[in-house]
Amino acid sequence: MNKKFVLGIYDDEDVLLTAIENIRAAGTKIYDVFSPYPVHGIDDVLGIKRSRLPIVAFFGGLFGMSFALWMQIWMLGFDWPMIIGGKPHIAIPSFIPVTFELTVLCSAFSMVITFFIVSRLKPSLKVNVFDKRSTDDKFVMAIEVKDGVTNMDALNDLLRSNGAIEVNEKEVVK
Amino acid sequence: MTEERLIISRKTNNKFFLMIAVGVVLLIAGIIFMAAGGGAEHHAEGHGEAAAAGHEAASWTKRLFVNLWLNNVYFTGIALIGTFFVAVQYVAYAGWSALVKRIPEAMASYLPIGGIVMLLVFLFGGHDIFHWTHEYLYDVNDPRYDPIIAGKSGYLNTVFFLIRMVVYFGLWILFTKWLRNQSLSEDLNGGTSYYHKSIRISAMFLVVFGITSSTSAWDWVLSIDTHWFSTMFGWYVFASWWVSGLAAITLTVIILKQNGYLKMVNANHIHDLGKFVFAFSIFWTYIWFSQFLLYWYANIPEESIYFIDRLGGNEGHFAWIFFFNLVINFVFPFLVLMTRDAKRQMIMLKIVTIAILIGHWFDFYLMMMPGTLRTDAGIGFIEIGTTLVFLGVFLLTFTKGLAKASLVPVNHPFLEESVHHHV
Repeated sequence: MNKKFVLGIYDDEDVLLTAIENIRAAGTKIYDVFSPYPVHGIDDVLGIKRSRLPIVAFFGGLFGMSFALWMQIWMLGFDWPMIIGGKPHIAIPSFIPVTFELTVLCSAFSMVITFFIVSRLKPSLKVNVFDKRSTDDKFVMAIEVKDGVTNMDALNDLLRSNGAIEVNEKEVVK
Repeated sequence: MTEERLIISRKTNNKFFLMIAVGVVLLIAGIIFMAAGGGAEHHAEGHGEAAAAGHEAASWTKRLFVNLWLNNVYFTGIALIGTFFVAVQYVAYAGWSALVKRIPEAMASYLPIGGIVMLLVFLFGGHDIFHWTHEYLYDVNDPRYDPIIAGKSGYLNTVFFLIRMVVYFGLWILFTKWLRNQSLSEDLNGGTSYYHKSIRISAMFLVVFGITSSTSAWDWVLSIDTHWFSTMFGWYVFASWWVSGLAAITLTVIILKQNGYLKMVNANHIHDLGKFVFAFSIFWTYIWFSQFLLYWYANIPEESIYFIDRLGGNEGHFAWIFFFNLVINFVFPFLVLMTRDAKRQMIMLKIVTIAILIGHWFDFYLMMMPGTLRTDAGIGFIEIGTTLVFLGVFLLTFTKGLAKASLVPVNHPFLEESVHHHV
């Protein structure tokens, strides 16, 4: 299924931010904005909600900590007890470095893997580049066109009146 | 940018004086209580067989001196962190902190008082705090001769100790005033020359601080347990000072903000300060654990005695503080400040910073009391009274320093960036 997009090209960060606000206020849904570098405050004006990745990190860390403690206590305390340095079998202070490392490792891995899954990043991913200049010096705002619903002329005017230097159309093959 | 002046009302000042007065009253009550022998059960049993048992109940003077020392080291450290914070921000070319930099700057105004108190307490109460100051330890013919301490006499002798103390305070106050003068001249004249000069001064101060923060920790805290040594100790005391200092800065920003000052400070600045407090309470724990783990693992008597004194030793007197220290300074801030929202909410940060300030007072208590008062240590009128007096004096000098200049460094080159700070 093909999708059609209208692309508003901007060459100024501040113009872009006000444009996003105005266009969203006018009731137009913005599909996405592409920029060569991270723009401060763009998440807020686009209405993007805060990532819930930290929650994953917390539970990943909790899992890592529990796993590390269980592993060491079970191995050194029950499965194969050994006396090391005259300490008790279950010597918690000596378990802490490993526990710490596994907490950090599981927390980090859980975040990376979740991020890949959520954003569908995979080696075979085919990326549609809307406009190559968005990797150089232009900001590209993409608005999805719904046949019969979107008034193309009004959209064109809206983009231009909000500082777009160009308005293009692009068809994306899914 | 608009100037903002802090006005300390007579009422607020009176509150600080009241704090000092209450402290003095409690202190006197505690001293009378102790001198009369009512408070210390140890006194009753102690006096008769003291010599035979080798245990002499601590006198009220000793307890008073140790408390003065404890509080002075704690508050001097927080004041010193003020200058350290400013210096770090300069050297890092940090922009976000420009709006709050007057607070750490003013915090350092306690340093001269700290220096005088430190000197006087050592001159009058040195023997009560530091075992190594006794002459007989170094006399080979004396039965109390101590070869280990005598071996350290090249560093640990009263004259060199006093010279070092004067040098530390001299350097710290010099750099503090120097940085402060640049900052105040910048307010008047503007331009970037003061900023660049401040960076050079800060870099020099950081070198000085790197050495003196460690050596002062050996002198003032580590040498109480004269036989014991720890290569982590300078870092440990620094970590404790640093996180308390950060907590003090954050708490002050919040209190000023809640009273209508620092209008341009927003949740983003508070967030960054919260991250600092969160991160360095973990850093402190890391240092604590690094020190503990090695001694626990090796279990060499001359090393582990330090922790035995704080756990099962001294009749288990300090065991609860040992664990309380870890809970209030690590577990509590770690769990409470973990989420982003908690670091951006003033109420959460307020609770945590107050907990950390109390917790690190206990941290210093735990470093000093087992080596000095041993089982006679307690938390009573004398401890609370002394702390209140010091807190009152600290707040008086601090707020006076804050009121002297605009709360907003109007000509700081990064002020604009700080106002628009966004995380």
